[in-house]
Amino acid sequence: MAEFAATVEQRIRGVSSGVYDYFTLARRAIGFIFARPFYWRDTLIQMDRIGVGSIPIVVLTGLFTGMVLALQSSVELANFGADIYIGNLVGASMVRELGPVLCALMVAGRSASGIAAELGSMRVTEQIDALQSFGTDPIKKLVTPRLLAGLVMLPILTVIADLIGIVGGMVIALFRIGMTADAYFNGVLNALAEPGFVLGIIPKDFVTGLLKPFVFGGIITLTASFYGLSTRGGTEGVGDAATRSVVACSVLILAVDYFMTQVLLVVLGQA
Amino acid sequence: MEGDGVRIAHDDPFPAIRRELAEDREQYGDPQTHGAVIRLEDVHLTFEEPILSGVSLEARRGETLMVAGESGSGKSTILKLILRLLVPDSGRIEVLGRDVIHLTFEEALDLRRHIGMVFQNAALFDSMTIFENVAYPLRENRDLEDDELERIVRERLEFVDLEPERVMHQLPSQLSGGMRKRVGIARAIATDPEVVLYDEPTAGLDPLTIGTINDLIRKLQRELKVTSVIVTHDIRAGFRVAQRVNLLRDGKIVFDGSPEDMIVADDPYIQRFLS
Repeated sequence: MAEFAATVEQRIRGVSSGVYDYFTLARRAIGFIFARPFYWRDTLIQMDRIGVGSIPIVVLTGLFTGMVLALQSSVELANFGADIYIGNLVGASMVRELGPVLCALMVAGRSASGIAAELGSMRVTEQIDALQSFGTDPIKKLVTPRLLAGLVMLPILTVIADLIGIVGGMVIALFRIGMTADAYFNGVLNALAEPGFVLGIIPKDFVTGLLKPFVFGGIITLTASFYGLSTRGGTEGVGDAATRSVVACSVLILAVDYFMTQVLLVVLGQA
Repeated sequence: MEGDGVRIAHDDPFPAIRRELAEDREQYGDPQTHGAVIRLEDVHLTFEEPILSGVSLEARRGETLMVAGESGSGKSTILKLILRLLVPDSGRIEVLGRDVIHLTFEEALDLRRHIGMVFQNAALFDSMTIFENVAYPLRENRDLEDDELERIVRERLEFVDLEPERVMHQLPSQLSGGMRKRVGIARAIATDPEVVLYDEPTAGLDPLTIGTINDLIRKLQRELKVTSVIVTHDIRAGFRVAQRVNLLRDGKIVFDGSPEDMIVADDPYIQRFLS
């Protein structure tokens, strides 16, 4: 029994020290955004890898999500003679939830594993120690550029996923249901205008739809960097870090999405 | 074997090494060593089990100190403590006149700018070319024009007997182990550090390349007058470059003296280690 209690205590200590280390990493990486020297070249390289490199997968995800959403909802809405509202349904679903969450999950699967594996292999081959031996802070050199890239590129990728998803829905609406493009896009615009505007001009759904990927970008890059920098052991440790980073990112994205939605509904007066 | 006209060199390498050391001394004289540049006093460090249990050692200005010991005896840990990549549980570490344990993070980064480190597997940045690798510490620590930067990189590559034109634009993965190690040395001395630390500089290399690396380490000492600490379990290679040897056993230094003294020491563990 005492052994069991000791194991539990050790486990709790391990988890709490891991959480503390994670937030310390996050605090320092964010703080370095505003401190010299700025690693602009590294940031641009990461924007290319995380952002531009993810465009094909995000386009495909958005396209098929919009198409299947239109297809499924057309069957249900037709029962009530309400299939003219397909545009409203696709537009609202893509911009509020599916665009940000699916895009983040796709980028997590692709980039989080890449970041964790790259930093993990740098750790086990002593390249991180080498950086430190030259007076470089590895968080500033390696984590902050990835964080910045995630914060900037995730909202852009989400806008792409939203637009492609809406176009995918339109393809189904036009060629399978026989709607006109005008009717479909009116539905999309009505859905976006319905919850109201922030500062009188920005649709509230745009705000939530862009705020979420901004946060998800931070979660993906920080979590993947944390697992990468904490890698122990050889190549097995690198593989383990990559797997764990994708799992942790996916769970965090879904959990944070729920809590952000709750908070934003209250803050934006939609609840 | 001698009947075949072949003599196996590793039967007894020590007379050869002693002769080499004597010739070296005759040609170049004793290195001017004075004052400790690195000093560890009663350093203890425990992870899951004790790694260092009261290590005390010092490296004097201009000398090459070899820290020898079995694999896993904590030799590389000593280098990480000197660089303050690790902090001991207790004891005192002084490097270039600074109390390392009580340095702030930024002060530790500044201290590291005066120390060059050659890692066991070179630890070159695999996404950068050889030029970028050697230029990295210069870019981080000095404000140099591109021409000046390139001049220094070429000079350092030539110093380690590499042709800049041939290797500068290659990636580390395109070089052999010995060449990568030489690039690692070029990168370590790029900023003219006062101290160079070597972690197993000859591990995994063929005998000819080991000779080349040893020659380089001696050249560094003679021409640049750097203080060097070499951590190795390859005692024969270490004898060829070090003026002083510290032997680490069970987390403590059990021998401190010249290679010649070590060769004639009658301690059974030392003799077993040498054999």
